[in-house]
Amino acid sequence: MAVTILAVDDSASMRQMVSFTLKHAGYTVVQATDGVEALEYARANLVSLVLTDVNMPRMDGITLVRELRQLDTYKFVPMLVLTTEAGQDKKMAGKQAGATGWLVKPFNPEKLLATIAKVL
Amino acid sequence: MTLDLEMEEIIKVFFEESFECLDAMESGLLTLDTTADRETINTIFRAAHSIKGGAGTFGFMEIAEFTHSVETLLDEMRNGMRAVTPDAVQVLLQSVDVIREMTQSAQAKQPILTVGADALNGELARILAQKNVVAAAPITDTAALPAAAAPVPPKSAPQAPGNVAVTSISGWRIHFVPELTLFETCNDPMRIFAELAGLGRLDVTAHTDRIPPLPTLDATHCYLSWTLVLHGAIEQARVIEVFDWVETVSKISYEPIYLAPDAGVPSAVGAGAAAPVAARPAAAAEPAAAPAAPLVVAKAGSDAGSIRVATEKVDALINLVGELVITQSMLGRFAEKYDPEDLESLRRGLIQLARNTRELQESVMQIRMLPIGFSFNRFPRLVHDLSRKLGKKVELKLCGENTELDKTVLEKIGDPLVHLVRNALDHGMELPDKRLAAGKSETGTLELNAFHEGGSIIIEVKDDGAGLNKARILAKARERGLVEPDEQLSDEQIYNLIFVAGFSTADTVSDLSGRGVGMDVVRRNINDLGGHVQIFSNEGVGSTIRIRLPLTLAILEGQVLRVGKEIYVASLVSIIETVQPTREHLSSVAGRSELFKHRDSYLPIIRLHDLFDIEPDTRDIAKGLLVVVESDGRRVSILVDELLAQQQVVIKSLETNFKHVPGLAGATIHGDGTVALILDIPGLIHNFLERQSGRIELAA
Repeated sequence: MAVTILAVDDSASMRQMVSFTLKHAGYTVVQATDGVEALEYARANLVSLVLTDVNMPRMDGITLVRELRQLDTYKFVPMLVLTTEAGQDKKMAGKQAGATGWLVKPFNPEKLLATIAKVL
Repeated sequence: MTLDLEMEEIIKVFFEESFECLDAMESGLLTLDTTADRETINTIFRAAHSIKGGAGTFGFMEIAEFTHSVETLLDEMRNGMRAVTPDAVQVLLQSVDVIREMTQSAQAKQPILTVGADALNGELARILAQKNVVAAAPITDTAALPAAAAPVPPKSAPQAPGNVAVTSISGWRIHFVPELTLFETCNDPMRIFAELAGLGRLDVTAHTDRIPPLPTLDATHCYLSWTLVLHGAIEQARVIEVFDWVETVSKISYEPIYLAPDAGVPSAVGAGAAAPVAARPAAAAEPAAAPAAPLVVAKAGSDAGSIRVATEKVDALINLVGELVITQSMLGRFAEKYDPEDLESLRRGLIQLARNTRELQESVMQIRMLPIGFSFNRFPRLVHDLSRKLGKKVELKLCGENTELDKTVLEKIGDPLVHLVRNALDHGMELPDKRLAAGKSETGTLELNAFHEGGSIIIEVKDDGAGLNKARILAKARERGLVEPDEQLSDEQIYNLIFVAGFSTADTVSDLSGRGVGMDVVRRNINDLGGHVQIFSNEGVGSTIRIRLPLTLAILEGQVLRVGKEIYVASLVSIIETVQPTREHLSSVAGRSELFKHRDSYLPIIRLHDLFDIEPDTRDIAKGLLVVVESDGRRVSILVDELLAQQQVVIKSLETNFKHVPGLAGATIHGDGTVALILDIPGLIHNFLERQSGRIELAA
């Protein structure tokens, strides 16, 4: 069965870059443009990994992780937060919300795949 | 390769997105001028953040680096650590410009110049270095976050003293005691161990002392802890990095293992470890550098002649075409077999066809229509920058941004509007102290207003500044010999003098306006669009410049005129009135020129039949009609035989179908298939007065 990854980012280019990379590595990718959309999808579907940006309109990535952890189906799903090097406090907040880890931006496709391989 | 092509597409999206983000930043920053609300700052920050993230990912390091500095300042504002000062906003606005330029270079595959960025980096650093006085109050609650975050990384390991450690360390003993909740964040110790094993040989010892008796055991908890021994001269940072994700939910200590200092290996290992890190940015830059060229061409091409049309407009068209097809098939029946009894159905079908046609015409026209907001959008920035430069306080009000007008008109009205706004700010608006002295509010108001009025669109540029100084304009005009010393002029005539080429009353010529180039060009541009300009002014209270434009250039609100057997169309907006002249109002000067006394002035008479060499009903002016027309503030009367209907006509170009004919703006086809010529009123007046100049005196 193909591994499905939920990629959440309000920036279309980042979203496409991520899903392009992942698709070529053989993963199935579902995209969402913000936390609200992602949460809506997650309530009805199960994925193997959530990859989310932090700064997004409507619902940010930290809140998304916290909300997802509340769902029974997402208790043990790895969640990675895409953050910037400046975001030390973001890492902490992400951790407290229940994020598995983070990926520091900017990243290239290899690094993305290597990080994902770690948690899957 | 498809991989590259797909990447190219994604980078294209990145550019589009970045420009959108930059626009969002700009308009957000401009609203900060007046109100600094949190959500706006957040939006601006998010936009900058997106650009930085994307630029870094796609290998545009110059953009990422500079945007990072911008983001830092925005972040402080967002956290309430720094007040939003006009100074900072100004620097941020300039930064937006710089990022935009850099992004454009990147998009065009040109080297990204950092001159502008370097200069602004200094400015940003200056602002960031400023001790922020205003922040003292709000800092208490909001700034608590970063303050608390600062002492966070609890590096329990002894600080390995730099280079010395690298050479003498032969391994690490790591005590890893995760909190019970480790699994809740889906972190698997096995993953960590596997990663460590990738750095060097790893010995793992598990400690089971925390495991409770079975009845109280929670299967989701992590009761185990470990002692790990990692062999090899590995930098501490590399080890810590492995535990990065679990650092906050575990107790971890790193203990260096020292060995006899005879190992020569470490430096080699160190170099090997550094290499892939350095290689990364280069790898990221490669796919980014490849595309762009064909993409830019496509972009330029699509910008020039295309229109973005709302889907519902296209849907409406498709709908109408559907109805047209039905009507056509209904009428088609009559071609096969016509029974006089069907006359009523035939007539109904034709009425339906007429309706379809009209609706179709309206819908197609709609496609060319765009809201004037597209043109107004640039003004907040322009007014902000200019008023700052001039030391004036100005509030810009935009009204009727949704008023739609033809795309061509919209494109061509932009520059004249910019000119008018600059003039209003430079000449009209007073400096704050002068305004206060005059009993006005310190901040002036500049209003841009657009609305529809009877088949035309009106755009007003209105300021509450000093108004036009009639005396000074008149004095200047006399000095230049534009007006005779004893000549009396109406207010309107005086105001219109500012449209004369080379006319300027500005005492000092600034780099904004006041060189006397401009207003004449503004008027010519507007006339070219078939519109005209009017000035209203009240000294000390302000001025309004009112532009009247046709809704579209493809269709003309026309007055149909007849001379003999020929039919002409004149643009309705240029017609002042039509009169049946009486003999006492007619006079002739110097034998050839004829004048018509219209109210207080004498207007030259253009005999259309002479001009176009046709046979009129009558050559006696008193038996014909005089149509008074105006262009550029000059009036003439045109002799015709009869006025016919007022109607919309579709303009067909003479140049493309025949050739340019002086005095004619185009042609149109009437319902019965005959062609009527459209008069070029400004051209007619211009040519006529040129020929007559020297022979007649214009005024009474």
